[in-house]
Amino acid sequence: MYLSLNESLSQALDKPLTKALSNMLGNTLKLSVTALAVCASLVLSSPVSASEVASDVEFEASGNLAIEQRYFFKDALYSEQLSHSQTSFSVEPELYWQWNDGSDSLVFTPFYRVDSHDDQRTHGDIRELAYIHASDDWELRVGIRKEFWGVTEFQHLVDVINQTDGVEDFDGEDKLGQQMVNLSLVNDWGIVDVFLLPGFRERTYAGEEGRLRGPLVVDEDNVSYESSAGQQHLDFALRWAHSVGDFDLGAYWFHGTNREAYLSPSPQAPSSSLVQYYTQMDQLGIDAQATLGDWLWKFESIFRSTSLEDFWATQAGFEYSFIGVFDSNLDLGLLMEHSWDSRGEVALGAQGSLMQNDLFLGARLAFNDMQSSEVLMGFGSDLDHNAFSFLIEASRRFGDNFIASFDVRLLQSNESNDLLYTLSSDDHAQLSLAWYF
Amino acid sequence: MLTKKILISAFSALSLLVVSNVSFALSAEEQKGLDISLEAKKRDLGWQDSTADMLMLLRNKQGQESIREIKMKSLEILDDGDKSLTIFNKPRDVKGTAFLSFSHPIASDEQWLFLPALKRVKRISSRNKSGPFMGSEFAFEDLSSFEVEKYTYKFLGEEELNGLKTFKVEQYPADENSGYTRRIVWIDTQEYRVHKIDFYDRKDSLLKTLSFKGYKQYLAKHWRADIQEMINHQNGKSTELKWTNYAFKTGLSDSDFNRNSLKRAR
Repeated sequence: MYLSLNESLSQALDKPLTKALSNMLGNTLKLSVTALAVCASLVLSSPVSASEVASDVEFEASGNLAIEQRYFFKDALYSEQLSHSQTSFSVEPELYWQWNDGSDSLVFTPFYRVDSHDDQRTHGDIRELAYIHASDDWELRVGIRKEFWGVTEFQHLVDVINQTDGVEDFDGEDKLGQQMVNLSLVNDWGIVDVFLLPGFRERTYAGEEGRLRGPLVVDEDNVSYESSAGQQHLDFALRWAHSVGDFDLGAYWFHGTNREAYLSPSPQAPSSSLVQYYTQMDQLGIDAQATLGDWLWKFESIFRSTSLEDFWATQAGFEYSFIGVFDSNLDLGLLMEHSWDSRGEVALGAQGSLMQNDLFLGARLAFNDMQSSEVLMGFGSDLDHNAFSFLIEASRRFGDNFIASFDVRLLQSNESNDLLYTLSSDDHAQLSLAWYF
Repeated sequence: MLTKKILISAFSALSLLVVSNVSFALSAEEQKGLDISLEAKKRDLGWQDSTADMLMLLRNKQGQESIREIKMKSLEILDDGDKSLTIFNKPRDVKGTAFLSFSHPIASDEQWLFLPALKRVKRISSRNKSGPFMGSEFAFEDLSSFEVEKYTYKFLGEEELNGLKTFKVEQYPADENSGYTRRIVWIDTQEYRVHKIDFYDRKDSLLKTLSFKGYKQYLAKHWRADIQEMINHQNGKSTELKWTNYAFKTGLSDSDFNRNSLKRAR
């Protein structure tokens, strides 16, 4: 639920730009046809006759519609950007079918957003279109899906399967659907997941008119790949996850296209945009959480090797909960996390990490009332120089089906070559109202 | 296999009795209170697994209502606490959220939450016993499975309640994180079913009363109430639980209570 401030900054800035909608949907659809063909053959190969299947299929439709209003307090830093106000509307229905008592299921979750200003933010995606077959000790999942790994809150370092939908929100927690064949094996010694990931999704970045981006817009049409297979490279991942008493552990190896592009100014002078270059990478990741009474201790670490660089990074911290503070029903959670990256500090435009030595503090207040009222606060600070980010998010339910949220995000840096510096005019407040059905 | 398990658990219940007799030298009232709970637990043994739908009706002082729709799956573990999977359907904004719990009589429970928007499985702290469940008047500890070891006991006497002869037993939570100093429980002498519980808060004032209505017997053995009504005397709010579609021995196993089943729970 928590925002990863810096992560979102890196998306908004260091890699701003969206793939054209038509391209995106086109690619997704091509692959989903393949996925569906696989699904169909699986369904047909199962020993249940078609009529039997039809007789006990359960169908469910749900989803949400939301309207969102952003207001930027300061004038835009770059002339093409929208001035203060940005409105958008989004829809995300979910259609679900299950049969054989839930052993087989199919889920379809399309998504679309219309934005008043940023063409790149007006975009659609198939978040999920997947068939799942569950057996006693194994599960097969085929199609477009979302897979989350990790335990920390302010940065999702080990989460690697899905590409970030960078235009969606500032927090970087929105992901694009990823085509996959995933076999999950349940053993006494943990769950092993094998992933084959055919086809790569390019990250989405803010367009010319969008705020929350750096001086140069990322060119959605100027994309190159290290692999000669380009976007069609078959990626692979193997993960083990297990719970042992108070400890939840995970480890993985990922081999395939780097989800983060290397961005460089376009060759023609003066450069007006950034071009994207996706390398191949091998990444090892581990994540661990110790749940000890009121304390949650969290640790994530990756080692990434590409043809351009090798590096280590970690995200570590804790969460402590006070239950029933002030003699009331309120719960207060306090969070602290630290980010480290072996590449160290980077100048604007160079490759590296925004989170080389950053400290994050957070507080979550849950009112535990009928309306599920909640307030989150987060503060991030770069310990190597003077830069910080601050956010507050408040939300509650109205009636049975509406959720209203109000967010404020503030960004500051005194260092002119800091990535945050280019965003320091983008402090904003956001009000959204979502209807769930 | 199952008979073996029942034997083991009967044996451990017996050894618990022996141990408690020897080392704690229980008074006659304490011993009788414990015996009643052991008998109640014993009479319900062997349900293996169950599924049920739960409708929660939250009412505040002004009479405003809010609904929670929840599906529960439970697995009986004879030599340990039970396993359960709780799946939320309403309110709509939490639809798809699921909660997996491995309860333990003495050690802390293991709990995981699946957040559908992020597809994230999160291990959570099980310390929160006293907090409200989904904004209702039920605390988490009120909804967790009853294990004999979770309390110490004192028999207060026999009383007539709603025309039934009942045992009145005082129960003291063993867990220091409990929100209660004690509970007073009315259990009928015929079938050993709980009919009423009074909850006393940390200051030992009467906080809530839970009433059980519409008991039905399943598989000629297991009694379950259709309705549980919790009234909070201090804030004037109440929550009504309505249970439907109770089913037992449906064939659930350990594999229905792991990380993978949590992620696809509906």
